[in-house]
Amino acid sequence: MSMNSPDTALHTKRAFAAAWPICLGYLAIGMAFGVLARQAGLAVYQIALMSCIVFAGSSQFIAVSMISSNAAVLSIIITTFMVNLRHLLMSSSLSLHVKGENKLMLSLFSYGVTDESFAVNLGKFLGHGWNIRDALVVNHTANAFWIFSTIIGGYAGAFIPSGSFGIDYALTAMFLCLLVFQLRGSLFVLLSVISGVLSVAFYIMIPGNLYVILSSVLAATIGVMLKKLYLRHKIKEGDQ
Amino acid sequence: MSSGEYLLCIMGMGLVTYIPRWLPLFYLTDKRLPFWLVEWLTFIPACILSALIFPSIIINPDTGTVDFMHPAFLAAVPTFLFALKTRSLGGTVIVGMSLYWLLQHFL
Repeated sequence: MSMNSPDTALHTKRAFAAAWPICLGYLAIGMAFGVLARQAGLAVYQIALMSCIVFAGSSQFIAVSMISSNAAVLSIIITTFMVNLRHLLMSSSLSLHVKGENKLMLSLFSYGVTDESFAVNLGKFLGHGWNIRDALVVNHTANAFWIFSTIIGGYAGAFIPSGSFGIDYALTAMFLCLLVFQLRGSLFVLLSVISGVLSVAFYIMIPGNLYVILSSVLAATIGVMLKKLYLRHKIKEGDQ
Repeated sequence: MSSGEYLLCIMGMGLVTYIPRWLPLFYLTDKRLPFWLVEWLTFIPACILSALIFPSIIINPDTGTVDFMHPAFLAAVPTFLFALKTRSLGGTVIVGMSLYWLLQHFL
């Protein structure tokens, strides 16, 4: 297939359409990050470099605050690892939908797996006709927008009041809608409530970002067990 | 932090961020996974989304305590209902932002 075929244009177009809510959210968060990083004494090129190499919002915020309190390099790296370990779950979940794809393509794609791109792509994969090339466009559009926003923040963010037009709520609203897409039956509803309640409890009890991993692993495990119990019950009923 | 140290720092950060993103996609895609694992993985997205949403709307960032009366939670309820009714991602984002903005100004 040639790169200029109408098919490619169509794929690119629908991937952009899927990516824009992410970009809107990244604009707000990226600019806020740029402002903070600049205040912590980083140069704009250093901000851009971090956004390129790391591309993970919350850990970038944490790194900047650790840098300004003179933390050791190793402890920043370990913290980043802990904070971003949740992507392991997201990539595992995505792997169900990209079976047999080219390894190079997969390696490129995995660079852009964030909370947001994961949720958007997964929702699309559950529908029809979404493929790794669409997903790759979503990831890299979001990535480019993230880098761009952090640079803008580094230069000009100080002049833009934070929280303009409620833009800092964009990602929460997006997650709410993506959650709706994921609720495919009463078991899913039950598990999200369990995971949500657990996450609030862990958030309060455990310092750091481990609450996301802990609560989702626990809730999904409860889900597998409940389904097993349910099936066993059904088989017994069938015997009678 | 010197600029050399900074470079080392972000390279390390990049590496430990990339590996968890890459490993499952690289190794799991051509494996046949056991049924329970596939099932477990299909539950993960809804659970992760809830785990990301709940603390951000239920916990008041200023006090660090559970608070059902602050704008992030009050905006979330109608935003969720809107998403349930319309299933429109773009519309939900716009509605959520507007509600949050209004609530911030009038509460």
